[in-house]
Amino acid sequence: MNLAPSRLRPSETARVGLGSLAARRLRSALSALGIAIGIASLVAVLGLSDSSKSALLDQIGALGTNLLTIEAGSGFGAGDAALPETSVATVSRVPTVEATSAVYAVDAGVYRNDLVPEDLTGGISVYGTDPGLLGALNGDIALGSFLTEATRDHPVAVVGAVAAERLGVRNLDQPVRLYIGDRWVEVAGVLEPFALAANLDRAVLIGDRAAERYYDAELAPATVYVRVDEDHIDATRDVLAATVDPENPEEAEISRPSDLLEARSAAESSFTSLFLGLGAVALLVGGIGVANVMVIGVIERRGEIGLRRAIGATRAHIRRQFFTEALTLATLGGTAGVLLGVAVTYGYSLAQGWRVIIPPVALIGGFAAAVAIGVIAGLYPAIRAARVSPTEALRSA
Amino acid sequence: MPDPQPPAIELRGVSKIYPGSPPIKALDDVSVQIGRGQMVAVVGQSGSGKSTMLNVMGTLDQPTSGSVLIEGTDTSLLTDNQLSAIRGRRVGFVFQRFFLLSGIAVIDNVANGLLYTGATRPHRREAAEAVLERVGLGARKWHRPNELSGGEMQRVAIARALVGEPAFVLADEPTGNLDSASSNSIIELLFSLHDEGRTIVVITHNEAIAAAMPRQLQILDGRLVRDTGTIPQ
Repeated sequence: MNLAPSRLRPSETARVGLGSLAARRLRSALSALGIAIGIASLVAVLGLSDSSKSALLDQIGALGTNLLTIEAGSGFGAGDAALPETSVATVSRVPTVEATSAVYAVDAGVYRNDLVPEDLTGGISVYGTDPGLLGALNGDIALGSFLTEATRDHPVAVVGAVAAERLGVRNLDQPVRLYIGDRWVEVAGVLEPFALAANLDRAVLIGDRAAERYYDAELAPATVYVRVDEDHIDATRDVLAATVDPENPEEAEISRPSDLLEARSAAESSFTSLFLGLGAVALLVGGIGVANVMVIGVIERRGEIGLRRAIGATRAHIRRQFFTEALTLATLGGTAGVLLGVAVTYGYSLAQGWRVIIPPVALIGGFAAAVAIGVIAGLYPAIRAARVSPTEALRSA
Repeated sequence: MPDPQPPAIELRGVSKIYPGSPPIKALDDVSVQIGRGQMVAVVGQSGSGKSTMLNVMGTLDQPTSGSVLIEGTDTSLLTDNQLSAIRGRRVGFVFQRFFLLSGIAVIDNVANGLLYTGATRPHRREAAEAVLERVGLGARKWHRPNELSGGEMQRVAIARALVGEPAFVLADEPTGNLDSASSNSIIELLFSLHDEGRTIVVITHNEAIAAAMPRQLQILDGRLVRDTGTIPQ
């Protein structure tokens, strides 16, 4: 007898596997869902962390990492230490310094009008400054205009973003006046928040010469802002203290505000690792779910296995069928998970106003992880199904 | 040179021992020939070894000793995959519990009888349609198995066994799950298939059914104790 060997067309292998899944729709869907959630969380965590990091890096890039601030030290014996009046002039003579500006403390409260009790300052401080501040800080004006050489001498104020909120300065369609100290001051503009100088958001700025003239402010800078040539930041930083205060260089404290943002980015990265770990656990549980469904399927479907052997299926055919089913479940789950992860990333990033970045490694890796889980989860049940003795399967099913 | 017309099935000194303590001798030195076109009833008590004999005849199980020849081919010389091929192409099984796949239509259950031959789907369906007509279920081909009666389901299972034009059909208590009316119609169907010249071996508990068949084999404790006929020469 010359018999052609048993043969199952590849398209039939797929059809048989899919048919078996379709016959157990709910259970298949639930086990694929386990994988989907795992993959979705991995993709979303990677996507969101990249999107938020890129938003932060964009911010840092836009603000520049070359801003240094000089403040009077608060160290031992610092007491009333203030920076010398000449600070701005001397710092701007350092060749690697691109721009310099300073703010001067003004001892006055800010009120919406002259009827507000004196102690309700709203936590708003007043600084005198020069028109170059906005450029040095890469700041932006939300309404009106910043101080100019013309308004520098006059009782004209620019309001920080938070201060404007607290004072109720929402628009400048009508002239707005604030009561600062014991005189009325005209509001020329409202600022956007400063990312690198958040204390100015809660302040009202007036011209430095106006501060001196109307409020007797001393022109000893509270803070000096210095824009430095990108390539010489560290070298410049090293000489600034001595430049500002040659007598007591230890009393000038120099910092780099962008370090703070970078620290925040690093902190978010560590959370990313945590969430990735959680996503991996979810994926593992999903994989176990698929393996579980497959193992139960092998036990429940002994009759089907026996029948298939009786109508000519080889062990390899049975093995391939169960393996295909596991792989299909995992692939469906992986595809759904990737789509879900992308959707979550899009939704959250857009809500946060971030640029959406989905790293290709998350897409490819997520899908590959699902397939790998399917292979691992399907291998054992498939081998077990192929080992079932047909007579036993038909008897006990 | 093999016999030009070897019997459809031949058992030569077949024993089957299931390991255990004590080991169970399900078949004990059984020798029998089933000729082409014969219709044979296998009778015996539960546990006498009837099903083991049927499984061994159909190569679902291999004997511990002795040999099984199908159309003159000694199956003990074949690999597992070759035995699968024999089952797929030369043997038609019918079981007490039908074993229909609930998720697919009747026609595809029947067409599955050809699934592992590599035949294309249109070809399988065409063959299935013809066999369904033959067993009287042409009108039910697009129904799901759970929409059929027990007797109809067994007809579908018989159609599945026949669709590959097997050398013989092995039926293990095909009426065991059916009421008497359905049983009768299934037995009638088997007889009519026999009339068409097919080789059929039926295990049955039902003495009336067995008595109606041209040849009976009685099994007791794994031994063939009675054989009412031999191969017509």
